[in-house]
Amino acid sequence: MKLPHTLVLGAILFGLFLAAALVSFLWTPFDVETLDIAAKLRPPGALHWFGTDHFGRDIFSMIMVGARTSIAVAVVAVGIGVALGVPLGLAAAARHGGVLDEVIMRGNDLVFAFPSLVIAILITAVFGPSALNAIIAIGIFNVPVFARIARSGALSLWTLDYVLAAQVAGKGKIRISFEHILPNIANLLIVQGTIQFSLGILAEAALSYVGLGAQPPTPSWGRMLADSQTMISFAPHLALFPGFAIVLTVLGLNLMGDGLRDILDPRIRRRVRSRPERSPE
Amino acid sequence: MDLRPSIPAMLRFTTLRLLSFALSLVAASIVIFAVIEVIPGDPASYMLGLNASPDTVAALREQMGLNSSLILRYLHWVSGMLHGDFGTSYTYRVPVSELVSARLWISIPLAIYALLLSTLLAFPVGLIAAARRGKPTDIGIMGATQLGIAIPNFWFAMLLVVLFAIRLHWFSAGGFPGWSKNFWLSLKSLTLPAIALALPQASILARIMRSSLLDTLGQDYIRTARAKGLTRGQALRRHALRNAMIPVLTIMGMQFSFLLAGAIIIENVFFLPGLGRLIFQGITQRDLIVVESAVMLLVFAVIAVNFLVDLLYAVVDPRLRGKS
Amino acid sequence: MSLLSVQNLSVGIHGTPILRDVSFEVRPGMVFGVVGESGSGKSMTALALMGLLPDGAETSGQATLQGQTLLGLPERQICAIRGAEIGMIFQEPMTALNPVRTIGDQVAETLIVHGKANRSEALKIARQRLNRVGLPAERFPLDRYPHELSGGQRQRVMIALAIALRPQLLIADEPTTALDVTTQAQILTLLKSLVQEDGMALILITHDLAVVSDIADHIAVMEKGRIVEKGPLETVFRNRENPTTRKLFAASNHAPQRVVRAHTEPILEVRDAIRIYNPSRRRLFSKTQGLRAVNNVTFSLKRGENLGLVGESGCGKSTLTRAILGLEPLQGGEIRAFGTPVGPRMPKSQRAKIQVVFQDPYGSFNPRWKVVRLVAEPFHLLENAHLNRRERVAEALESVGLCADDMDKFIHEFSGGQRQRIAIARALILRPKLIVLDEAVSALDVSIRAQILDLLADLSKRFQLSYLFISHDLGVVRSITDRVLVMKAGEIVEEGPTEQLFSNPTHPYTRQLIAATPRLPDDLKPPHADSKGTA
Repeated sequence: MKLPHTLVLGAILFGLFLAAALVSFLWTPFDVETLDIAAKLRPPGALHWFGTDHFGRDIFSMIMVGARTSIAVAVVAVGIGVALGVPLGLAAAARHGGVLDEVIMRGNDLVFAFPSLVIAILITAVFGPSALNAIIAIGIFNVPVFARIARSGALSLWTLDYVLAAQVAGKGKIRISFEHILPNIANLLIVQGTIQFSLGILAEAALSYVGLGAQPPTPSWGRMLADSQTMISFAPHLALFPGFAIVLTVLGLNLMGDGLRDILDPRIRRRVRSRPERSPE
Repeated sequence: MDLRPSIPAMLRFTTLRLLSFALSLVAASIVIFAVIEVIPGDPASYMLGLNASPDTVAALREQMGLNSSLILRYLHWVSGMLHGDFGTSYTYRVPVSELVSARLWISIPLAIYALLLSTLLAFPVGLIAAARRGKPTDIGIMGATQLGIAIPNFWFAMLLVVLFAIRLHWFSAGGFPGWSKNFWLSLKSLTLPAIALALPQASILARIMRSSLLDTLGQDYIRTARAKGLTRGQALRRHALRNAMIPVLTIMGMQFSFLLAGAIIIENVFFLPGLGRLIFQGITQRDLIVVESAVMLLVFAVIAVNFLVDLLYAVVDPRLRGKS
Repeated sequence: MSLLSVQNLSVGIHGTPILRDVSFEVRPGMVFGVVGESGSGKSMTALALMGLLPDGAETSGQATLQGQTLLGLPERQICAIRGAEIGMIFQEPMTALNPVRTIGDQVAETLIVHGKANRSEALKIARQRLNRVGLPAERFPLDRYPHELSGGQRQRVMIALAIALRPQLLIADEPTTALDVTTQAQILTLLKSLVQEDGMALILITHDLAVVSDIADHIAVMEKGRIVEKGPLETVFRNRENPTTRKLFAASNHAPQRVVRAHTEPILEVRDAIRIYNPSRRRLFSKTQGLRAVNNVTFSLKRGENLGLVGESGCGKSTLTRAILGLEPLQGGEIRAFGTPVGPRMPKSQRAKIQVVFQDPYGSFNPRWKVVRLVAEPFHLLENAHLNRRERVAEALESVGLCADDMDKFIHEFSGGQRQRIAIARALILRPKLIVLDEAVSALDVSIRAQILDLLADLSKRFQLSYLFISHDLGVVRSITDRVLVMKAGEIVEEGPTEQLFSNPTHPYTRQLIAATPRLPDDLKPPHADSKGTA
């Protein structure tokens, strides 16, 4: 099968930052926690590829370590969304029209009323700022997103005859949800997963920017931008490189999502497959 | 049997929506109250920090009404809010309602301004992309929006400041004169933040608009319209557009809450004295009453917008009015 | 003088030929039937004439309407012809109307876009047209929305908007396929009267020979993008020179050879069954009354018997099916199979005794599973089934005419007919004595349907199977069942031996159903179709 260009390009972009994050565990050009005031605010050059910040830290190294924070926060937040949202959505669909469905969907509506920033504000007000809080805030916001996708995907499958056939074969709703429903909505979930992943990276950056995310000395792209703000007129490289890092990572993920949708979306595939022999009843 | 949408049916729909709107507000207020007042233990000692003397804590407890039961405190808080009384800020020693309402007049207009810009930009762009599906214009628009979605709005805001304020001096780099002092200057000072907020959201909206239009253009009733003798363009305007609005409305409703949240963040870039500044100061100064009220107002705005979107659905889609 | 003349019309989409050298003539006031199985090019012919082919289609040949050419016109010109000179209606009335605009608006639009009337005049004419198609003003005011109408009523609106400008030619693409038989009869009568009274010509596209025999003057039989035979209806029906025509006829009249075994022992007993759907539990704030989908239904099915259950959509037959399969509880009465009660909580051993084949060959299988796992799924009901799973699946596949190697393929590698065979294999794998066939051949083309009916008859003989055959298609039920139940609005209104019930219906509803069912006229039937198999 020929892969869509968007998927290839997206995977390369995202892969680059994923690799940077992984490599940063073993090696970075400079240590990001060592301050070197003498070398502060160097413009990009041969020694410091992306320049240095006001403490003389190497921007390139900080971006590598920042990728780690961004990706880790987004991965865990998507994980929380999937782990809680998908079972809830499956359960709501299996008991469609019942009390459980109503409760889950109203609960979802309620969580939707709290944008992840608001959740982060609440958590921070109580527990103080940290990367963990950012993860929880973004993760909680992801739960209803995945619950909705899972529920609507599952609902359309519950009307299909193969689900009925499984019931005739004596299988219970939970078993059917995992054997028949989940594998067939996996496509939807994967595509949504990449979207939420990219939104997670943007949200983490925003939370760190306002000081509700990762705390010093952990480097994070959002806080690098916050720190750069006062120096932007004389040291624009402080703002440009972390910004590009965010844009390219998110762009890569979104392109991957588009590409995955092209090859995975059952709607597109089914249309091609079922054209013959359909009309008479 | 008469299934026609009647005034009672519309009234019934509105009443049901209104009821669910009220229920959402109650539920949200309980959640906020629980998180702020229950989880951290004693709010008074938390607000005063570790070094406070027991007497000060006791005094604050008395002042905050912490000695009465949870339910009473909740009811007191809610009934206060219904009367416009949000309590007294611990740090500023002024009524929270005063603090918040001044700030609200920046954050909410900013979010609405951004929503307008985003809609004005996204609708035509989405329409053009759908009409030129697969052509270079469409591919160009899709690429540009893909990039627009990936740009964090606060970073974009910083770039706008560098370009339009620092280099070109078309706008001031920040600050807010106040609506009553100078309306046009106030609007101007919200323009760069609104553009920064609107562009990423407009990219999303344009893409949704395009895909929703393409979806509707594939429907059977478009074929019917074409068989009647409508051109592609006529079928798009007369039949596809209104049907395509249904998912677009959903996204616009959700975007308002993102824009409001975004407004709070972007205020930091432009030094706007909005709700965001108040909230972040409230957090650092442990002024929980301010945080609680501000968050409640934000959530209220989000729920209210979703309620309006629900009503708009019924205007667009007669199926929602007819049967219940 | 012909109204429409089509010469050597060929269409290819991205290089794949779809139509080849299609030629025919339609005279004013004529009903021209186009018949063929799905994929034969019937609809493509119509869309080509309307200039509505999908993007990437290349057309060659000529088509003229009253001397004016239709093919290859610029958008503006073909739009002026569409709707004004040629009207068209489609198969699926449920989705063919814009849900957010009123019916009056949609009919009037035809007049407005062609500049033939201003808005208020157009609405006046729309009113007349709606009256003409049997939607009177008092019950169907112009401000109704499509979702407030039934499928048949929507199809009438479609006709009204297609005839708004009194076009000389109306193209109807499977206009009644999605409708119940009684509604179908009404729509066909309406179309006939439009031709007779308003002098319109009609091109009727259908897969159903009986429908064209009822209404058409001339027919064309299509296969693989070509017209293989055409001429006056009588001539084509009598001579049947082309093998495709003969095959279609044989399949349309097909009655499988069956053995009738007289048994008296009931294996399925339904007594006073009541199933109430309670919408008030479905949503939080609604107060709707419960709906009695199945109301006091009593019948029994004897060992070896093929029992038919017919009724139109919404009559409760699907609900009854689900209750018999033990998927939904009853609110009154009881169902017993092989002497033991049936219900959602019945033990697996009981569930294993009744198996089922569903309608949709595409939705019946999990697309991610291989055939072996699909067919073996009912083994879940047995305690130790894993022992010779593959052997049993192979056996079941072979008994439905597939080969054992097919078990390692995925379902998308099979055609609709093959999938229905796999569905039967899945129903057979536990060697049940009773199989419920829920519209099991309804989605298939006639020739495939004939093969599946033969297979079912054969399996019934080999494995002493009993069938509960549920269908809306009276012709099929007549050909394969011994006894028939007629269901209407949740109740069984008539029951009796198949031949007796069909030749001597007593209940008015049964009579109405039988009268509405289009039939090939007896004098045009092939001789062997009358000898209904009771070998």
